[in-house]
Amino acid sequence: GPLSERRLMDVRLGELPAWLATCDLSPQGLLGGVQKAWRSYYDKYINVRRGGPAGISMLLAGYCLLSYGWNYQHISKISFLVSA
Amino acid sequence: MSLSFFDQFTSPCLLGIPLILLSMLFPALLLPSQSNRWVNNRLSTLQSWFLHLITKQLMIPLNKKGHKWALILTSLMMLLLTINLLGLLPYTFTPTTQLSMNMAFALPLWLATLLTGLRNQPSISLGHLLPEGTPTLLIPALIMIETTSLLIRPLALGVRLTANLTAGHLLIQLISTATTALLPIMPAASALTTLILLLLTILELAVAMIQAYVFVLLLSLYLQENI
Repeated sequence: GPLSERRLMDVRLGELPAWLATCDLSPQGLLGGVQKAWRSYYDKYINVRRGGPAGISMLLAGYCLLSYGWNYQHISKISFLVSA
Repeated sequence: MSLSFFDQFTSPCLLGIPLILLSMLFPALLLPSQSNRWVNNRLSTLQSWFLHLITKQLMIPLNKKGHKWALILTSLMMLLLTINLLGLLPYTFTPTTQLSMNMAFALPLWLATLLTGLRNQPSISLGHLLPEGTPTLLIPALIMIETTSLLIRPLALGVRLTANLTAGHLLIQLISTATTALLPIMPAASALTTLILLLLTILELAVAMIQAYVFVLLLSLYLQENI
């Protein structure tokens, strides 16, 4: 179909800049994109008939990784001073 | 640059942008919103059951006028619970270790209970300052003591939460540093310290949940006196 209506997974690598040009980058558009992304994650992994701990655990693991990324600059300056 | 043990409590910042708002908003993702289905997914069902449990627990001692407080007390409980528990994950930041945030929760809510009491039933609220059956000579001293204890309540609420969580996180960091430091020197002692770390983590899980509950319970008790 036309480039603007395809989802990100269906866009080929060469067409990526063109696809990015067509998508809505205003604050409302970005917010709508975030909401859509959350909705699709939620509906695929958590809002299922027999869900388990996996859906939430992936979210929490992602949060840990994100926090690690936020703190990396601070943590990387540790010099392990162990007085023997 | 050496790292002190208190660096884990600095408010997270990325390129000068404070991230504390994001760490406070993240728990909202974990609490699913309402859906129009009759039978929800397991997470929603679990959450609804839990919410029902704590609302019942908090609202039974209150009279009908106090039930107006159900929404704010229950949502405060869920927020504190999720923030405290999320702080136990590695590398995460716990907003409730900041005294400023806990005082921002405690002071307005305590003041609201106080003003509700003073506005609607002033003599009963003031009557709480003097316990029944005190000897006449002790009355002035006791009134001053009770007023002090009344005025110190918001400080106590905020500092209790902050101190418990900060102390717990600090202990975890200290003991894990000891474990890694002892590992090349004396593995047996390191194993013992790992056991202590495990027990401490279980304690911290309990403390996280209990402190959230105590905060909201005390607020509901202050409300009971005044409504």
